[in-house]
Amino acid sequence: MTETRFHNHDACRQGCCGLCCTKIEDFGVTIGSTVILKNVNLHIHCGELTAIIGPNGAGKSTLIKALLGEIPHTGTLKFVQYDNGLLKAPVMGYVPQSLNLDTTSPTSVLDLFLACRSKYPAWLIRRKREVYKVKEQLDRVNAGHLLSRRLGALSGGELQRVLLALALDPVPEILLLDEPVSGIDQNGLELFYETVSELRNAYDLSIILVSHDLDMVRRYADRVVLLNKTVLMAGTPEEVLNSDVFFDTFSLRWQKEKRGKGGTAL
Amino acid sequence: MNWWYKILEALPFEWAQEGQMIFMKNALLAIILLTPVFALLGTMIVNNGMAFFSDALGHGAFTGVAIGGLLGLAEPIGSAVAFSVIFAFLITIIRHKSKMAGDTVIGVFSSSAIALGIFLATLGGKSFTKLNSYLVGDILSIAPREIGFLAIVLGIVLIFWFFVFNRLLLVSINPSLAGSRGINTFWYEVVFSCAVAVIVTVSMSWIGLLVINSFLVLPAAAARNIARSQRQYHLLAVVFSLLSGVAGLILSYSFETATGSTIVLISSAIFFTTWFVRKRFA
Repeated sequence: MTETRFHNHDACRQGCCGLCCTKIEDFGVTIGSTVILKNVNLHIHCGELTAIIGPNGAGKSTLIKALLGEIPHTGTLKFVQYDNGLLKAPVMGYVPQSLNLDTTSPTSVLDLFLACRSKYPAWLIRRKREVYKVKEQLDRVNAGHLLSRRLGALSGGELQRVLLALALDPVPEILLLDEPVSGIDQNGLELFYETVSELRNAYDLSIILVSHDLDMVRRYADRVVLLNKTVLMAGTPEEVLNSDVFFDTFSLRWQKEKRGKGGTAL
Repeated sequence: MNWWYKILEALPFEWAQEGQMIFMKNALLAIILLTPVFALLGTMIVNNGMAFFSDALGHGAFTGVAIGGLLGLAEPIGSAVAFSVIFAFLITIIRHKSKMAGDTVIGVFSSSAIALGIFLATLGGKSFTKLNSYLVGDILSIAPREIGFLAIVLGIVLIFWFFVFNRLLLVSINPSLAGSRGINTFWYEVVFSCAVAVIVTVSMSWIGLLVINSFLVLPAAAARNIARSQRQYHLLAVVFSLLSGVAGLILSYSFETATGSTIVLISSAIFFTTWFVRKRFA
């Protein structure tokens, strides 16, 4: 546990290390009598992609939902800008794991966007200017051709890109991504991570990504948080993915032994 | 209302001639007002899988009528609207707060409401028969004054619908996504339930409690079979509801049947037709 960098909020309260940052302080979620998360302390810089990894039932999706304010939690979420003015409610973008949508739903990609950005009923009034803007936004994530497709007819990867484009309108300060466990092929996943990576640089976003693909995390994340009810470890992908805590959590003991004998780790 | 009768005289129907069958003409106007509003709200009911819920609202409205009768009100519609709005509100709260399956919660409320309604209506040995009109409904008995009242209520619901539709659609697609965009999903659900409660209650005595839910669900379900966007979905639902409403009224005149059920049978025919051709539109 020597490498563990638990976030110490007394030290950080003095100011931010970058232009802006997000401080998650003492987050805890209890549903009924079950403790799902406790003492979660994280410090996330903008322009960084922070991946949250952990075994099934570790509370990863719960953390995202608590950050969105959807489920009651203890602790605070502070968004601090470079001049250290505390912003109470940062603009959040959210990409859900899946829509749980009825696949027969007659909702097109355009409908979804207009429902979010237009004041008038999406089925009644479609102004040309708005439609053009939606097209532009979809183009940013290579999804312009999906404009009039039905949501239920999209592949997992296509839907993921559409939801990403939606989360970027308006451009958020914190982008929360809950990666689907299945339903996206390797190419789709690759494209998704590349797009997210580009966005991080282009918009200086704080990105929090719940990920199940450790290979992608190693290649694209700036920081990795190992979560299992609380933060077990946080650091660079190198540090976390080669730590004993990581191997123990994922029950990869054979990998640990292999590494001990001088082999290369995962 | 004279302008309306004048327009209808152009139609080649026996009942449409000058001075003939005023009740048919009134009923036709009422149906043209009612059915599109039901179809529009119905699209969202089908989106949210709330068909059972809207059915239960009718039961709540019936109890409201019984309470109104007990209080000695000449027009129990006021107490019926009040009771069914409270009823809709309670179901929505309990559905949100408890982990119980939605249909269980609705089932509990629905049966309790209808039992309470019958209990109150028959209290003291009164006969139930005078309430039969609420079960079957009689659009032919609607008077111009009542059409006016209906038009005002439906107009208010439409204006409300214009402003909340987008957010309701987002809530129905994914509540978390809606929440991340600052939409209070719970209150939107409450407001929507109350709107449905209001239109079901004010229309109940004309359409009939037993079939009113199909006015909401069937046109939308039929449109959903072949629509590929929200625009097509809404336009088709409105067209289907108007078509079955008007055709149902005219056929019920020829066959001398209850209007509500004739309309519903035509809606179901449209539903099954669209269901068989749905693959061509997928």
